[in-house]
Amino acid sequence: MLTKYPFENKAEELNEKIIAGLSRRKFLGYAGAATGLVAFATACDKNDNDMNREGVDLGSGDFGILNYAYALEQLEAAFYTKVLETPYSGITAMETSFMADIRDHEIAHREFFKAALGSNAIQALEVNFESINFSSRASVLGTAKAFEDLGVSAYNGAGKLLADPVFLGLAGKIVSVEARHAALIRELLDTSGTAFANAEVVDAMGLDVSRMPSEVLQIASAFLKTKINASNLPTS
Amino acid sequence: MNLKNILTEIEKVDPEVYERMDTRRNSMKRFAFAGKVLAAAAIPFAFGGMFKKAYGQSTGEIVDVLNFALTLEYLEAEFYKQAVASAAVGTASAADKAALTLIRDHEIAHVAFLRAAIMPIGTPVSFTANDFDFSGGNGSGTGPFATAFVNYDLLLAVAQVFEDTGVRAYKGQAANLMSNNDVLTAALRIHSVEARHAAKIRYMRKNKPSALVTGNIQPWIIGKMSNIEAGAANAAIQPSYDGEEITTQATVDIVGIGGTAVTAEDASGAFDEPLTKAQVLAIVDPFIK
Repeated sequence: MLTKYPFENKAEELNEKIIAGLSRRKFLGYAGAATGLVAFATACDKNDNDMNREGVDLGSGDFGILNYAYALEQLEAAFYTKVLETPYSGITAMETSFMADIRDHEIAHREFFKAALGSNAIQALEVNFESINFSSRASVLGTAKAFEDLGVSAYNGAGKLLADPVFLGLAGKIVSVEARHAALIRELLDTSGTAFANAEVVDAMGLDVSRMPSEVLQIASAFLKTKINASNLPTS
Repeated sequence: MNLKNILTEIEKVDPEVYERMDTRRNSMKRFAFAGKVLAAAAIPFAFGGMFKKAYGQSTGEIVDVLNFALTLEYLEAEFYKQAVASAAVGTASAADKAALTLIRDHEIAHVAFLRAAIMPIGTPVSFTANDFDFSGGNGSGTGPFATAFVNYDLLLAVAQVFEDTGVRAYKGQAANLMSNNDVLTAALRIHSVEARHAAKIRYMRKNKPSALVTGNIQPWIIGKMSNIEAGAANAAIQPSYDGEEITTQATVDIVGIGGTAVTAEDASGAFDEPLTKAQVLAIVDPFIK
């Protein structure tokens, strides 16, 4: 079916003409981005323009993406730190142990990004947890679930934005731990047996959620006083 | 970045891009149409095949990686098919049965997805139930896991090893998929599902103490502990955990990092480690006839 589209042959001609102006690496990136249109055939082109250009600039390239991850880890670490400082009523010993482990993982992630980024690291962000009732198990675990699922989707979406395989490898080492957290938190909230990977987060093809930075930061911004400027992040 | 943006970028380098590609309007229409058709048909990377032809992108390595992943997904899918129907799971709680059934369905979906992904660019490998020996006996049927389908505690232990290994296997291949953003993203989206499975199986084992569950098992891997005591099978299990104990990432020591109280346990648990293809194949070899 596809071979009927004239674009394919035209594109072969096009390829020869433009290689001179684009690095091959980058051009293959464009090709990959275009294939993403299978799922986003009707996507509009306003996303880049809609991003907030005020606030803390995450930067560009791989460092921009690492700062993006650093921002999310700051948010998570601050959240679990507060959970342990002001435990919800009825928290069990096992839940306290889980929360402490998760807190320490998020702190490890946050401090790792800070150290790895060095002088390229963004500042410490100010969080806004006004909407969270830290004395309520449902509020705390509900927020934890949202943060963990968001984190998984953020890393899944950001992988293709990284150019350095070492950074991709590091993001991969972290995202699966975030997914482990997400699965556990979901199980704490819902004991039916399937909450860890139900249809809220895994589609019919068995794929987890993936989100681009603009979408992730829009969701995260409700929990941040500091404004984030993601306008210089890579988009493919 | 969407197609319009891509074309805009290309236009900066090649102002005549649209003439070369037919008119802008028609190119856009064709792309949008093809995209909808493909999405409806759930053919993941047919577009990838199109671009491969258009831009000469090498796909040999990508096919190899996807077939490696497909092999592991077949192993898991067949394991859970038999597990859910087994006498062992017959003794499990309704919630546990629901969990194992969901995992089975995910693994079956991964097989279908990867096959569809490989089709446009290569030949997917194929396996049936008869190709596997879940006793871990290389076809003898008498390996160290021979009682897994009648011993629920052992069945969960095998499931944990498969899931934790799967996570490490996908992680180890990510860098080999960087030339194709779509394939990379799909692999990452499977990778995190496997991690959710692994965490759940570990949580099930935590909640069902037995002689096979050792130490303070958590949904994440601490040190290089399997938290499994399975006698003669331990030797076959440990390679799935070796290397998980590291506490230094990209030369950064994570223990006590930044003056924090992060311990070695936290530092190892906070990062999952990759396995090479060769390491994974050695681990699963006893399960494939």
